[in-house]
Amino acid sequence: MSALASQVEQPESRLSQTDGPVITFQNVKIAFDNPVLEGISFELPRGETKVLMGVAGTGKTLILKLVLGLIKPDAGRITVLGEEVTKMREQDLFELRRNIGMVFQESALFDSLTVEQNVAYRLMEETGQLTDEIHGRVLEALRFVELEHTVNLFPSELSGGMRRRVAIARAIITHPEILLYDSPTGGLDPVTSNTIIELVVKQRDVYHTSSLLVTHRLQDAFTMASHYFDREQNKMVPLPDGTTRDLHTNFLILRDGRIIFEGTAAELLRCTDPYIREYLS
Amino acid sequence: MPIPSLSAFAKENVKSVQDYSLLAGRSLSNILGQPRYYADTLMQADLIGVGSLPIVVLIGLFTGAVLALQTSSTLQQFGSLSLTGKLVSLSMVRELGPVLTGILVAGRNSSGMASELGSMKVTEQIDAMRAMGVDPTKKLVTPRVIASVVMMFFLAIISDLVGLTGGFLVSYLLLGLDPNQYWTTGSQALRFGDVFMGLTKPVIFGFIIATIGCFYGLSAKGGTQGVGRATTQAVVAASVLIVVSDFFITKLLIGFFNY
Repeated sequence: MSALASQVEQPESRLSQTDGPVITFQNVKIAFDNPVLEGISFELPRGETKVLMGVAGTGKTLILKLVLGLIKPDAGRITVLGEEVTKMREQDLFELRRNIGMVFQESALFDSLTVEQNVAYRLMEETGQLTDEIHGRVLEALRFVELEHTVNLFPSELSGGMRRRVAIARAIITHPEILLYDSPTGGLDPVTSNTIIELVVKQRDVYHTSSLLVTHRLQDAFTMASHYFDREQNKMVPLPDGTTRDLHTNFLILRDGRIIFEGTAAELLRCTDPYIREYLS
Repeated sequence: MPIPSLSAFAKENVKSVQDYSLLAGRSLSNILGQPRYYADTLMQADLIGVGSLPIVVLIGLFTGAVLALQTSSTLQQFGSLSLTGKLVSLSMVRELGPVLTGILVAGRNSSGMASELGSMKVTEQIDAMRAMGVDPTKKLVTPRVIASVVMMFFLAIISDLVGLTGGFLVSYLLLGLDPNQYWTTGSQALRFGDVFMGLTKPVIFGFIIATIGCFYGLSAKGGTQGVGRATTQAVVAASVLIVVSDFFITKLLIGFFNY
């Protein structure tokens, strides 16, 4: 990771640009055959990363799809970047979604397009063709995920971890204001998972992108809360013992359609709720 | 598998009709809006038009030939064998050319569209497209609708032509009819209304083929089994709709042109 990380560009922090949360959920409810979300409310402040956890079927992925407006809630209000997505028409949502990057659980790469065409997809929509400038930006995004050499390959020729990294490159190429990660390490081996989490941490600490991250792996969540991306060493490193640096990362745990915990890693570890203790054990 | 209640079944079907109508309407309104996907439309036109050409030519040729062969014995009983050209041309241009081409293209392309879009749906590629701010109805549906409508128009004309040629070959080689007589009676039989009917039908069939294929593809759920189901449903629905709409178009145009 560290060898290629040196080529990462150093953009200005966006933290100071605007105030207020980038995402707000107010009493959001949705049911399919059974209720899935029963009055969820939370905020994602700008520059923060919120890690969504909970057992399977608690609606974590659903929250990401609600943010994008891919699914409409039955009740409640959702605002994203100041726009109320619950009231927007599908046609109007396309413009808003251009400011959001999404990494899908199974990558969702276009299997008939090459890696370059996949990563450039959003940019090619604007120009209609693959220009030299777009090619340069594709290489930059692929360099970020250390997959510059896969430009001409098809997704079927990549491993699961590589596909996930290409999906991250595709999500970040336009430098979106919000990133949504849906189990980016799901089904991957520990080494590859760590590489993916390092990319997420790098995106958080280098670009200060606001993000929601769904994960089942407690290890990933605590790595994010205890590590930062050191630009000088060009790699993810643990916080030194005794330091209290704010990593702009907190946790949200769902159970039976409700939020049962929201707070920092330290607060989570101090939590005495029996269900959470069992979940963490 | 639980048996759905009557009201749930009715609701589901009404919703399907509503969703299909919305998709079909949007595929048309997208033609006027931006962006326009010319490359995708050309690629689809190549797939639908050029790709279907060999089978359309083959089926058209033999349909015209068998039509001449089957009707000749009846016509001969009335001493009207010379009318073979007229019968083949009217049957091919008004009915068999558009309908057979429609059913062939439905079997080949509605299924292709449903399986391609269905695979994209179940692997979240459609959601990924929407998440990236790209409208799947503009990117995927409208190019297929335009390509199907335009290509069906030309394929039906080609089918008519080769059908007439097939009829001619049988009339000339097997029935000993005069070539000039066959082509003269065939062309003189056709009035404006016949040609109009023969060219209107493929346009509507092309629209049905593409919208049904895309609708079932975009509605697919349940993994590979769901894609297979969507593909089958698309072919069946498109074929049935072609035959049913053919009746109503024929009825409407017969009334309009006062046959």
